[in-house]
Amino acid sequence: MPAAEIARVRAEIDKLYRKDSRRIFATLIRLLGDFDRAEEALADAFRAAMEKWPAEGIPQNPGSWLVSAGRFKSIDKQRREKRFDHLEDRPDVAESLTDDSAAPDALPELLEDDRLRLVFTCCHPAIAPDAQVALTLREVCGLTTEEIAAAFLTPAPTLAQRIVRAKNKIRDANIPFEVPAREQLAGRLDSVLRVVYLVFNEGYMASSGEAPTRADLSGEAIRLCRLILELLPEPEVRGLLALMLLHESRRETRHTASGEVILLDDQDRSRWNRALIAEGAELVRAALSSQNFGPYSVQAAIAAVHAESPSSGETDWNEIVGLYDLLLRITPSPVIELNRGVAVAMRDGFDAGLAEVDRLLAAGKLSSYSLAHAARADFLRRLGRHGEARQSYARAIELTAQGPARRFLERRVAELTT
Amino acid sequence: MKYLCLVYLAPDVWDACSDSDCAAYGDTLRNRGQLLGGTPLHRTDTATTVRVRNGEVSVTDGPFAETKEALSGFYLIDARDLNEAIQIASKIPPARYGSIEVRPTRELAIAP
Repeated sequence: MPAAEIARVRAEIDKLYRKDSRRIFATLIRLLGDFDRAEEALADAFRAAMEKWPAEGIPQNPGSWLVSAGRFKSIDKQRREKRFDHLEDRPDVAESLTDDSAAPDALPELLEDDRLRLVFTCCHPAIAPDAQVALTLREVCGLTTEEIAAAFLTPAPTLAQRIVRAKNKIRDANIPFEVPAREQLAGRLDSVLRVVYLVFNEGYMASSGEAPTRADLSGEAIRLCRLILELLPEPEVRGLLALMLLHESRRETRHTASGEVILLDDQDRSRWNRALIAEGAELVRAALSSQNFGPYSVQAAIAAVHAESPSSGETDWNEIVGLYDLLLRITPSPVIELNRGVAVAMRDGFDAGLAEVDRLLAAGKLSSYSLAHAARADFLRRLGRHGEARQSYARAIELTAQGPARRFLERRVAELTT
Repeated sequence: MKYLCLVYLAPDVWDACSDSDCAAYGDTLRNRGQLLGGTPLHRTDTATTVRVRNGEVSVTDGPFAETKEALSGFYLIDARDLNEAIQIASKIPPARYGSIEVRPTRELAIAP
């Protein structure tokens, strides 16, 4: 084969690795029932392709070929280990190794369902929440341990240990590779969507400039959610995808080039990504028209009202207050009450907003939540009560650890007249 | 696969579940071939701890758990996987008052 042709085949294998290796991996896990074995088989399969394809050409169905090669190599390895370990008389091992290769022509199917199974395994509630996130990014999205460690500002050895521990538990406690039955789906899907949203927020909430991989994290979360939606078209999956797309549409306008916060009111709406907004709004409509939407869909609906308003003044605040009421009925939370209070201020005036926030603070639920004091300070500032505003800003600043948010509040204080 | 379901209860709810409820659930599991063994335990103030140090047997009273949850019994079950084990554990009657720790069992690692 001419050198150019060999180079073309190699490039094709590279592309296949980038695009499909995680799907092949997921299928290998189903067939081999073990993460480490599947990881090894994946590497062996691509090695075999590098050896054979330049001479034999690329097979008709490369994905299945790779799965088949990986499985064969792994089973072969287990047979050899078995001989070493003198386990011939253990019927369970022998049996699991013999039912293979009966039909060498029947290529295993590469199922997208396998990736979904893997998502549910990685997000199993029996695994610690931190580990669910790390494991999903590692095993489903294919990020390296170093990439995940950098994104979550965690030392790589700590993260690696977390992943190893989770994989051991999956193996030893026999957490199955399966999408839960319909009657258990709702609860299990919650934990999957929570992981997806955590990954997204980790990439979205952090200030710009510090860790370049963070926008990638949001992208991974959106990709993952699209995959889940394709296989599991539930209203809340739709709602979460919508919510992430609508947030993502504003990414570029939330910070100045130097990383300072720009509030929603002051963002340049002409730079919001219209394509993402249109897709998000469409998904929200579909989610809300079903009978069993949940909190993600309602949050997405709120985001859609903002995204489709030409300015803060023209926003339908009445609708937003109504959506917050709905959200509070589904998931009562003081933080949501605070957000509702801000919407009330925009609808009925800052006096009304101040009364809402004061009521929440008096109930003691948010007294150490910096944004509650920041909202109070903002209302007082707009009402011209600068002395009181100064006190609330001081409390908010005291409670804020994040650099850009702190600097934003300090700028506000500097603008106050005494 | 075998899992050990360890039932933990605090002293104030130790007797919250009737023995007949626990026995009935045990029967349900046994009839399905999923109960391999199990028993309730006496309170922790009946416990004795045995240790061997430097070849000497030491015996002490306790340990006692005065306010915390303590082991009050166990079910050894046979389940397809952790999901089924969780399902079975969630129906153990005292799960409503204390907690059930589900642990996969393992084989002794000895040469055949």
